[in-house]
Amino acid sequence: MSEAVANRIPASLRAGTFSHGVHPEENKHYTAGKPIQRLAFPPELNLLLSQHAGKPSVPIVHPGQEVVRGEPIARADGFMSVPLHAPATGTIKRIDLVPTAKGPLKPAIILKVHPGESQEILYGAHRDIDAMSPKEIIQGVQDAGLVGLGGAAFPTHVKLSPPPGHKVDTILINGCECEPYLTTDHRLMLEQPEDLVMGTRILMRAMGAERAIIGTEDNKIDAAEAVRRALPADGSITVKVVPTKYPQGAEKMLAKALVNREIPSGGYPSAVGLGVYNVATTAQIGALLPWQRGVIDRVVTVTGPGIDKPGNYLVPIGTPLRFILERLGYHGSARYLITGGPMMGDTVSSLDVPITKGCGGFLVMRPEDIEEQRLPKTYPCIHCGKCVEACPLHLNPCQLGKLAVKRRYLDMDEFFLFDCFECGCCSYVCPAGIPLVQYFRVSKAMNRELKAAGK
Amino acid sequence: MTAPRPKAELRSSPHLRQPMSVDMIMRHVVYALLPVCAYSVYQFGISTLALLVVCTVVCVGTEHFFCRFMGRASTINDWSAVITGLLLALTLPPAFPLWMAAVASFFGMSVGKVFFGGLGYNVMNPALVGRAFAQAAFTVPMTTWSPSMAPGRFTEFIPSTLTPPFQIPTPIGEWVARVAPDGFTGATPLALMKFEHIQTDTVQLLTGTVVGSAGETSALLIFVCGLYLIARKMMDWRITAGVLGSAAALSGIFYLVNPEIYPSPLFTLFSGGLMLGAVFMATDMVGSPETRKGVWVYGALIGVLTVIIRLWGGLNEGVMYAILLGNAMSPLISKFTQPRRYGHVKAKKKEAPA
Repeated sequence: MSEAVANRIPASLRAGTFSHGVHPEENKHYTAGKPIQRLAFPPELNLLLSQHAGKPSVPIVHPGQEVVRGEPIARADGFMSVPLHAPATGTIKRIDLVPTAKGPLKPAIILKVHPGESQEILYGAHRDIDAMSPKEIIQGVQDAGLVGLGGAAFPTHVKLSPPPGHKVDTILINGCECEPYLTTDHRLMLEQPEDLVMGTRILMRAMGAERAIIGTEDNKIDAAEAVRRALPADGSITVKVVPTKYPQGAEKMLAKALVNREIPSGGYPSAVGLGVYNVATTAQIGALLPWQRGVIDRVVTVTGPGIDKPGNYLVPIGTPLRFILERLGYHGSARYLITGGPMMGDTVSSLDVPITKGCGGFLVMRPEDIEEQRLPKTYPCIHCGKCVEACPLHLNPCQLGKLAVKRRYLDMDEFFLFDCFECGCCSYVCPAGIPLVQYFRVSKAMNRELKAAGK
Repeated sequence: MTAPRPKAELRSSPHLRQPMSVDMIMRHVVYALLPVCAYSVYQFGISTLALLVVCTVVCVGTEHFFCRFMGRASTINDWSAVITGLLLALTLPPAFPLWMAAVASFFGMSVGKVFFGGLGYNVMNPALVGRAFAQAAFTVPMTTWSPSMAPGRFTEFIPSTLTPPFQIPTPIGEWVARVAPDGFTGATPLALMKFEHIQTDTVQLLTGTVVGSAGETSALLIFVCGLYLIARKMMDWRITAGVLGSAAALSGIFYLVNPEIYPSPLFTLFSGGLMLGAVFMATDMVGSPETRKGVWVYGALIGVLTVIIRLWGGLNEGVMYAILLGNAMSPLISKFTQPRRYGHVKAKKKEAPA
């Protein structure tokens, strides 16, 4: 953080940080100043039945059926599941397999959008949030189809139901957006602070928490100011600014920085009295719950050096990526596309993948940008310890990497392999160019398999 | 003919990388060593230049030869062999016969590094393995010192430098008498301290106008070069601080007890090879622990061992063996200094049945 910036932040807004982490180039300048814009509706939407962690939703529509924008089209299959809503008025064409970002084909509802339709949301009715019980709110969150919009796509209502005995006293709203390039959370805080505050109040009510802290990084001071102006006068909700550092947006890192609590390894935030929610999720709660509506749109950042018109766009869930990219001036292949941010995002298998609830952005690189980020060869580990100093969870990636190479997957438990959340700091700093995170992904899979086989 | 490009190419995250690589780190270590080399050539003349060239060429050649011998791609372009060559040359006496330097380089590189599997797999610093070999095999030439700033050092070699291979070094007594008519004792500050309790002036130690190995003389220059690497984050300052801090602290205690026979902490820091060792050799990443607590332990161990060997050992210099021991200990140190993970929960003890 430069001194000039540090001086602009009032002391009352400042909060701490976590130890370790890295400082990749932010590259938010492509889109940080671009207001959220709605893109045209595509002719067809591909609505994956499984765009959240947990069980896929179950379709409640049949081919040929007409649906209006906002109407439920698939129901939740049990508690670890959420329903789906029609993002546009149109006709159900069929239920079929479509490509997903990671590769495999998965079932989806294919909706033909009515051309010339005003696409006004006619579904839903207003209700008084303050009259609702926590239980009703949690049910309302599930009915809205809400999942963590930060990327993990974990059903939000599950996070609102802590194990018995856990008392949540503080809600943390995560507006860090520590991934380079992405700016959706930044724009949401700037443009929809009222929804955000409303959502925060709903979350506090559902959890019975006395206070909430909205945390953001010091590269988004304007957003912090915007949110602060929208806060209620009672002081129950505050805004805090933390130093910009990757992966500040991880809930464990945010808990450390804002309230100096450590979420226990393998435990929930509620074990230390916390509930952590992403700003985009919270703003959606604030916008949808009072109207009994479901998630049908989301803001995605389409950015990077390889696209003509980078920006923050509001698109219906299910919009094919190709439709968005062609409108924004990209005609290349999927080879240089990354969904999410550059530190934890995946490369895209095909341009025909649809937008899902958890997808916050697309990064379009040029071939030379990709090549620039690669070493011509992988060197052996020289024990420089840079990964150990970067790991935000204070693990020892160096040791883990060595065990992975020796295929001693079970021994990796001793070094807490499963604590790793694949933030990518170790691979980022490794001067030998060792793909540590990829090693750990493989190791986790092998470790699970070996354990299953051993039983 | 180019290979057909795959239809899909799925790279795994992270897609960004810090712009630092192993060869870049090694290259910058070489840059940082160059001023030290240049100063030693200025002090001791073309004999040292020849020593530097021979050690470097043999080290690089040895690595290249073994890589090819094993049918693998040569790894010399990672610059680590160059560092080994330069460091080994800098720890040898300026009058050291070139053939012996070549043998030491070959031994250090092959036994110290290649036999273990090359860069990253060696347990000990290959330059020090080479030097330890030389110390054992060529004891007399390893303690034959020559005067610095000798007249004509840029035009003639020290006689022993050009000793024919596998011959006893040419005596240099006559040459020494000629270039240093005022009398040259041939004793390093450490030897003077150990055997005669004469403490050399600190300023002389800092500027390097004393007797010693080719590159160990100017503590100040070595320190400044180390600062460059620290500033570029290519060297762990904790190791250097650990070595120097513990050495100064331990020798300071003894100095307070009896300043008559024990050297002052400043003398300990700036004499012999401690500065070169602390800045360029103990910090060799391969031989040091990877944990943050571990490097402190490792550095302190080296500093303490150095002082112990200097004060009570048979040798008057102990840096080399201290670092080699530190290298050998470093996997163990790593094992016991694992970082405390975030949100650590102790394994729950099973509750005793009521």
